[in-house]
Amino acid sequence: MDITLPILILAIPITMFLILGIGGVKMSRKMAGVLGILGMGTTMTLAYIVAFTYFFSGDSAFIADGIRQQLAVFDATWLAFTDKLVVNIGFLLDPISAMMLVVITTISFMVHLYSWGYMEHEPGFQRYYAFLSLFSFSMLGLVVATNIFQMYIFWELVGVSSYLLIGFFYKLPSAVSASKKAFIVTRFADLGFLIGILLLSFYTNTFNFLDLTHNPELALASTGGATFMGASVLTWALVLIYVGGMGKSAMMPLHIWLPDAMEGPTPVSALIHAATMVVAGVYLVARMFPLYLVEEAALTFITCVGAITAFYAAVVACCQIDIKRILAFSTISQIAFMMVTLGVARPDLHDGMGYMASMFHLFTHAMFKALLFLGAGALIHAVHSNNYTEMGGLRKYMPITHWTFLIGCLAIAGIWPFAGFFSKDEMLAAMFANNTLWGAWMTMVAGLTAFYMFRMYFMVFWWEENPHYKEHKPHDAPWQMSLPLIILAAVSCVAGFIPFGELVTWNGAPYHIRIEPQVATTSLIVAAFGIGLAAWLYMKKNSKPAAMKNAMPVLWKAANKRFYWDEIYMFITHKIIFNIICKSIAWFDRHVIDATMDGFAKVSQRTSVAIKGMQSGSIQSYVLWYFFGAVVLAAITWICLL
Amino acid sequence: MFGNILIWFVIIPIIMMAGLGICRNSSMNAIRGVMTVCSTALLALAIWLCVWFLDLRAAGETAEMLFTESWTWYEPLNINIAVGVDGISVLMIMLSAIIVFAGVFASWKISPLPKNFFLWFALLSTGVFGFFISIDIFTMFMFYEVALIPMYLLIGVWGTGRKEYSAMKLTLMLMGGSAFLMLGLLGIYWHSGPEGNLTWNILEISRNASIDPSWQRLLFCLTFVGFGVLGAMFPFHTWSPDGHACAPTAVSMLHAGVLMKLGGYGCFRIAIYLLPQAANELAWIFIILTGISVVYGAFSACVQTDLKYINAYSSVSHCGMVLFAILMLTQTAMTGAILQMLSHGLMTALFFALIGMIYGRTHTRDIRQMGGLMKIMPYLGVCYMIAGFASLGLPGLSGFVAEMTIFVGSFQHTDMFHRCFVIAGTCSIVITAVYILRVVGKLLLGPVQDEHHLQLTDATWFERFSTVTLIVAIAGIGCFPNWINETIQHSFVPIIQSITQAAI
Repeated sequence: MDITLPILILAIPITMFLILGIGGVKMSRKMAGVLGILGMGTTMTLAYIVAFTYFFSGDSAFIADGIRQQLAVFDATWLAFTDKLVVNIGFLLDPISAMMLVVITTISFMVHLYSWGYMEHEPGFQRYYAFLSLFSFSMLGLVVATNIFQMYIFWELVGVSSYLLIGFFYKLPSAVSASKKAFIVTRFADLGFLIGILLLSFYTNTFNFLDLTHNPELALASTGGATFMGASVLTWALVLIYVGGMGKSAMMPLHIWLPDAMEGPTPVSALIHAATMVVAGVYLVARMFPLYLVEEAALTFITCVGAITAFYAAVVACCQIDIKRILAFSTISQIAFMMVTLGVARPDLHDGMGYMASMFHLFTHAMFKALLFLGAGALIHAVHSNNYTEMGGLRKYMPITHWTFLIGCLAIAGIWPFAGFFSKDEMLAAMFANNTLWGAWMTMVAGLTAFYMFRMYFMVFWWEENPHYKEHKPHDAPWQMSLPLIILAAVSCVAGFIPFGELVTWNGAPYHIRIEPQVATTSLIVAAFGIGLAAWLYMKKNSKPAAMKNAMPVLWKAANKRFYWDEIYMFITHKIIFNIICKSIAWFDRHVIDATMDGFAKVSQRTSVAIKGMQSGSIQSYVLWYFFGAVVLAAITWICLL
Repeated sequence: MFGNILIWFVIIPIIMMAGLGICRNSSMNAIRGVMTVCSTALLALAIWLCVWFLDLRAAGETAEMLFTESWTWYEPLNINIAVGVDGISVLMIMLSAIIVFAGVFASWKISPLPKNFFLWFALLSTGVFGFFISIDIFTMFMFYEVALIPMYLLIGVWGTGRKEYSAMKLTLMLMGGSAFLMLGLLGIYWHSGPEGNLTWNILEISRNASIDPSWQRLLFCLTFVGFGVLGAMFPFHTWSPDGHACAPTAVSMLHAGVLMKLGGYGCFRIAIYLLPQAANELAWIFIILTGISVVYGAFSACVQTDLKYINAYSSVSHCGMVLFAILMLTQTAMTGAILQMLSHGLMTALFFALIGMIYGRTHTRDIRQMGGLMKIMPYLGVCYMIAGFASLGLPGLSGFVAEMTIFVGSFQHTDMFHRCFVIAGTCSIVITAVYILRVVGKLLLGPVQDEHHLQLTDATWFERFSTVTLIVAIAGIGCFPNWINETIQHSFVPIIQSITQAAI
């Protein structure tokens, strides 16, 4: 493949970042917006061309004997640590990276367009577009990484873009602390990622994904059976690398930054904290999947973490009142779904369908979750509050938002024929194939998903009209915001019919998707039950929800407070690390080490004060000292001679 | 003598001093003119040297040191003025030239006594450049002292706060280090070769390899501690927070940016290169000390409230990383150490420059009294953020390249001791993020704390010029690290050879 297009895909966003970042101050808002949108539009077109060429051209470089190939379109040395450990910056083209190119550029373009309306009156509009471009660049670089170190580089860059965008409203202390929290929590996770990379690369002597994944047994052999605390070194490396993924993808117990990240502008939440960056962890595991297959212990770990997180986030989502937080917890839960599916995937179960299902859900989820977030943005834009208690009965005032939001909710709940149904069905089938326990557990989570999504939907669009509407009548958003909603809603309706199994599978061989009637029926019934329950409780204003809340106050409060994770973290970081460790080290430095140094100075000063009187200048005292000395010497000599 | 390009790095600062001597005390423009011309000349010369050096290497010149030349200075003691550079010294000279250049612009409005300030500043530069071009231990030591002494006056006269105390503390502690160093260097000289054929020349000493192991151990400790004091090694680092806090802007820049690098440079060029056997045996002691520096400095920085203290402790952590990496004795880790020196030099210089500029406006360095400066002075705010990101290791800026090279290189040791310390070292990337974001959050973001700050202005042209120079260098290393990396790696070949030979 010609390298011009791939280079342009990376070069356009970063150039846009530099132009808008450096020249933005002198630019009009309109100019900045148009430049940003045009840049992203071009990138999207190019990414589509690349992806379509890859999937459908039938070129032998891309598909040989019916197997889709992986190829590095270009791969240039960036930094050579040693002869073997070389960091390249390259462009890897394979089914998942091509799919991600489409996802990222589509959502990013929608968000660029949407922001034109949403951010219209915000100061720092140019800066906002610069950061969006920076993020798009970093995310694109992450998915096309040819080696694990390139991925780490862009992994850090997306972290910083996310930090900058969460803290976009930098005059609000809550935004500042949320951005700080997001960065530090993910940085902590990246520490695991880094140590994992160091371990893995030390034993395998390469960073290159293709070398690692084409011959995973070799990687295993290279460790020479070294173990640490009962687990093989490779398991440790893979688990640590996954810890990095846990941070970015907000798995328990590193999930605490994501709900707070909602302090950022809503389109940013749609792009970064729903559709693209937060699935980086899933993408990382998928990218290294053949390696994980040799170490089943690591996969089991992924499954367990995912299953717990999915359930936890779903429960918490049922008890929040901020619509963005509900969506954030729903994102955590859905990503955990993908993680579990990857964790249960095995080549011998349905031809490794789990991998395909996970990627399929990643794709559909990106579309409908972005839709939901953008819809939430339109709601917030209309009523100027994040809480559904300020909304209610909005379906009459905002028809476009209402219908598109409903489509999003139906999709995430997994109702036929919307996108979520197909991907969720494949995922649940993969789980049941591995173990009935996982299948049943995640089916329950799917039911909860339907419940909390429709709880929010009914509270926002039905329930009871807010009296404030009389003074300030809510209305649908301008076209720049509505258009992306409509497009994404349309995609959410039809994305399920994409023959995804033909395009993306773990080994490149096509997989023919078939609906598992049993699983599909069960999940539909569970979802319908969740929706029905939500409708019964929340469609019309009534006292049932309050009664339910009062019936179990402890559980409600705990779930509302997200089971006190933030408080626990606060305690550890503030009370223990900051107050005890840091302060005592600083105290030690001032009062022990520095005091010792000052002590030396003081001792020499005192000594000199004490003995300086001997240099008195008076001849009598010198004579006295002379005689005293002579006597002492004579005495010593005498004693020695004796 | 003047045909050698290297000697000009000492002559230009001397010309600078002479030029300043002619200037009248009151004519600020003449002083600025002399400083600008000479520091630009230094920078140009450094770039030229760099290009020339790389050309020679590309043309297949394989000698360990290039541009070598030696002039007898004092025959009876075999003291020569011997100069020569390898890739590492070239890069260090480049770093010094950049920082001197930026430092001149950062102290554009120094007062009182601008002439005297720049005189001492020029003398300091003489010492720094002289140190990096020397390959004769005696001249090296002499230049080292030349660089240290002006610091006392620069801080004592032009400083702020408890300046007399800090100046005295800094000088005494560094002089204490020099005392160790002096003993160590004399020891090296007396064992440098066969009787009657003693030498101060580094290359010859290394070729002779005649220092016996028991002496090596003692001398290694002496020289490493001696240079380590300047490299802010735990527990000899306490001069650094006080000294930096009281020093004027350009002096902080030069001190943290270049002078602290003298320590690291001396550690590998003399302690490790000349005493390889002891280095292999005793590295573990200093790995513990520097490992503590790395984590300890970072933790201490988390609770400081004075901007300069934060950066001084952060320097303790980052310079600890330099020495830590040198002691790993692998080619990759040591390459990382040099990268970290470059990166830390540029980034701290930028930090101190910005702190000076902010302090000049707000007249406070206490982060509790400032806030929301990003809105008031966006240019300085953005620069501060860039410096912060470089410090916490953001890819695309220099810190990331250096740290990653260090970690990858240090991980080549498979034993538990090294592994544990490397992992402890990697933890510093998280702690660094904590204190950097804490400062950025308090200083630049959030609501404006003090109403008076609203009237403050953004950077002037010379301030912009100074910071842009440094940022370009930081981003340059961060984006295109490989040529620097290769230059350094190549220069480490003889040093690694002597270490591995000694290990057998």
